[in-house]
Amino acid sequence: MIEFHLDSRSGVAPYLQVVHQVRQALRLGLLGEGDQLPTVKDVVARLAINPNTVLKAYRELEHDGLVAARPGIGTFVTRTLSDASLAAHAGLRRELLRWFAEARRAGLDDESIEALFRDGFRAASTEDVA
Amino acid sequence: MSAVLETNGLGKRYGRKWALSECTLAIPPGKVVGLVGPNGAGKTTLLHLSVGLLRPTAGSINVLAGRPGTTPSQLARVGFVAQDAPTYAGLSIDDHLRFGRWMNPTWDAKLAEERVAGLGLDPRQRAGQLSGGQRAQLALTLAVAKRPELLVLDEPVASLDPLARREFLQGLMEVVAEHGASVILSSHLIADLERVCDHLVVLAGSRVQIAGDIDELLRTHHRLTGPRHDRHALPSDQQVISESHTDRQTTLIVRTGNPILDPAFSVAQLDLEDLVLAYMTRAAQEDRRPKLEVRA
Repeated sequence: MIEFHLDSRSGVAPYLQVVHQVRQALRLGLLGEGDQLPTVKDVVARLAINPNTVLKAYRELEHDGLVAARPGIGTFVTRTLSDASLAAHAGLRRELLRWFAEARRAGLDDESIEALFRDGFRAASTEDVA
Repeated sequence: MSAVLETNGLGKRYGRKWALSECTLAIPPGKVVGLVGPNGAGKTTLLHLSVGLLRPTAGSINVLAGRPGTTPSQLARVGFVAQDAPTYAGLSIDDHLRFGRWMNPTWDAKLAEERVAGLGLDPRQRAGQLSGGQRAQLALTLAVAKRPELLVLDEPVASLDPLARREFLQGLMEVVAEHGASVILSSHLIADLERVCDHLVVLAGSRVQIAGDIDELLRTHHRLTGPRHDRHALPSDQQVISESHTDRQTTLIVRTGNPILDPAFSVAQLDLEDLVLAYMTRAAQEDRRPKLEVRA
């Protein structure tokens, strides 16, 4: 089971935050096929948010074919977003953290690091396309 | 389905002063409605009219397709928590629940007892000894145990500390999720409203400034910034809610359902607080504007 949290200053609609968090958990392998999502009542009782917000998020996930509602029981994961690449995540994450540490040692501030990362990401994506 | 709350030209006058005027609203069922506005805007007046504590001076009001507070069955369908969550200081929690059971034909004793137990309260404790948060929770318990179709709450969390406030809203949302009641609550705390509400009514200067689903309101309001600009050049589908100018720059808050194509402006999303403030500011300015202008 996963727990949701809300960032009220992110400017992202609360229902989208829930959708993103489920997709993220699916991608990272925290949720797999057959796992149950928290019930609407549990989510609203924890986050103090409108039940319609949770319903809307779950409907969107259902529309994307990721979860299915079983009336009276709950909402269950039907498809996962993680794939064979999951095994490589840990190593890549370690390397990325090392890169961040190195960038900081070189005197880059957060903004420069983010700009450089985005720039590199964009450059790599266009190379892929070409 | 018919509206939970429907008003038409509703007004309430105290002496010579109109506390609420020309209020026309239709609130669909199944919503959690946030009622915001400055002090003295008419929020409490509107809530009291909707539960039948006040009678209109002008216009009409229907709640769940009936006249508020006119029949026992109408009273049973609406739960109300007044400002500061009044309870009987000398009565125990148990006494309150017993009172509730005798007064309400649709009383859900199990729900009431479970909520009291869930809050960790001793049923023998007197209401006068409870903390503000506990008293608010007791008042909410009494209102929800009658299993109303509509729950009306007048600034339920205004006097509570952040933890008690969160716990109160958690309890309220749990009830909504489980029993599906519609809710109308007034508050100044827009961050709270953003979490719990899906519909908003802004009341200022005794009038409704805007009402609608929050998603829709956020989608149709934009902040435009650009070089100093003449507002008459804007397309007619864009309604200007507020404008401010420096010698170089113009900032507009605009309402429109259509995309904004003017390349001179950069367009940003508004958050709910800015949206509410724009309408409240506009109402305050109209209030101060000399009345002479009306003749022009």
